[in-house]
Amino acid sequence: MAKSDWTPDQPLVSIRDVHKSFGDLEVLKGVSLDVKQGEVICIIGPSGSGKSTLIRCINALNDINSGSITVEGIEVNDPDLDKLELRKNVGMVFQQYNLFPHKTALENVMMAPIKVLKQSVGEVEERARALIKRVNLVGKENAYPGELSGGQQQRVAIARSLAMNPDVMLFDEVTAALDPETVGEVLLAIKDLAKDGMTCILVTHEMGFAREVADHIYFTDRGVIVEHGPPATFFTDAKDPRTREFLSQIL
Amino acid sequence: MSGWHFNRSRAEKSGTAQTDLPVLKPFTYNAGGQADNLLFSHWLAEFSPRSLALFAAIVLLWPSLALAQSNYSFGQAMEALWRWLPFIVGQGFVLNLLVSVVTMLVGTIAGVLLGLGQISPIRVISGPSWFITQLFRNSPWLVLLFIVMLALPFEFTIGDTVYPIPDWLKAVFGLSLPIMANISEIVRGAIISVPTGQWEASESLAYSRAQTLRLVILPQCFKRMIPPWMNWYAILTMATPLISLLGIEEIITLSRQAMEAEDNHPELLVPFFGFSLVIFFAYCYPIARFTISLEKKFVVKQ
Repeated sequence: MAKSDWTPDQPLVSIRDVHKSFGDLEVLKGVSLDVKQGEVICIIGPSGSGKSTLIRCINALNDINSGSITVEGIEVNDPDLDKLELRKNVGMVFQQYNLFPHKTALENVMMAPIKVLKQSVGEVEERARALIKRVNLVGKENAYPGELSGGQQQRVAIARSLAMNPDVMLFDEVTAALDPETVGEVLLAIKDLAKDGMTCILVTHEMGFAREVADHIYFTDRGVIVEHGPPATFFTDAKDPRTREFLSQIL
Repeated sequence: MSGWHFNRSRAEKSGTAQTDLPVLKPFTYNAGGQADNLLFSHWLAEFSPRSLALFAAIVLLWPSLALAQSNYSFGQAMEALWRWLPFIVGQGFVLNLLVSVVTMLVGTIAGVLLGLGQISPIRVISGPSWFITQLFRNSPWLVLLFIVMLALPFEFTIGDTVYPIPDWLKAVFGLSLPIMANISEIVRGAIISVPTGQWEASESLAYSRAQTLRLVILPQCFKRMIPPWMNWYAILTMATPLISLLGIEEIITLSRQAMEAEDNHPELLVPFFGFSLVIFFAYCYPIARFTISLEKKFVVKQ
């Protein structure tokens, strides 16, 4: 991938005035934000405020109508963009895990580096086993997704994404479908990643977690970023009435 | 078929089965799974051993009662059938099976390609694929057979050698067309039944579309396609006697020739055609049972 003239001191992900409509419904009405390398940002907000759409635009799962999104200086909105090259650098974890049900946990993790990056099986397997250990699933290597709990599946999904050695990870409400008792183990895996300096963009409803792990919090409502700030001030000194109302409902 | 579903769901919702009004109770059907695809197999597999015995009794006993006064006895007719059996089965029924197997092979290969064509993002591929599928799914098989028989040459020449095309091979081609179209729909249906999350996960891992299909989507479709695929094999096998209308020497044509050789006694009709009925049933019934059992197994596992 041509790294253009991007340098690590510039934002790794830069979103500028992004507009996105589904038919007549405009879900993003001019959103801008920057994510620096190693930074963890959380996007919060009521449902239907465009949070998920926004992060799905970052790896071109959704296209945008206008504005600009760059990842490491590469314009995502470029029609000539090689999306596959972009996605090799952008990992994504979904609410519904989306593991491949016909493959074991280990195979799920190993498949993409072998088939997409054409890396050697031995090298990938070593890395995959280390990742499975990292998400605390040793002993589940040969289990099929159907045999794992939601929290375990989600941790396999995180390992699967990490196996591609991405530069930035996108988490789309990854704990929303989980049983309360398994939420903690998934958050722990993400916290571990953040501590190691992985650049993370999270859409989440877990306010306590956002407060603890995020460097910066963005609050979106009806397609715009209403307010943002570091967690220390965001949760206590929210200025906008919409933010205050949302926080009072959720906290 | 849709009305039947409607009845079923309505019966479950409102409990009309308990009504004491003088109305017909809705027909309920208790075999689970994707009944739409497997209606034929369900119907065939529904035969209980008791109804099989009844079926055999009707085929074998009825003519003996009906023809008791004739001077050509039922026993003589059965004897004739017995004499011709190796000919009818060994040359006739075997050809039916050959045609069904080769047709299924050709139809499946073509149908898988056509089904993949239907889900292609490229319009010039998906449009014609859809049209071909609909055209051949909704044409009478016999008409397709006649068209193919008349349109295809009876021989072709490479260099100086003339290769005749045997009639049964043309029939295979004709029957392959509707099989292809129906397999195409099975493939398309199975692919779109895989949750979109699987596509998105593959995309975000930088799989190309071809890789996604080959490594992620199609392996998940395979199991879902087997029961309807076998269902169509059974339907096809049942349809092979159609090719007797084209003069191909399969079981029905040979039965007729045998009866002619036995002076065309009307008493021969029931034993000879009855035998065809029984042998097709004996072949297709186990397939239908197996299809249903496979389907139930897959439904539980998914």
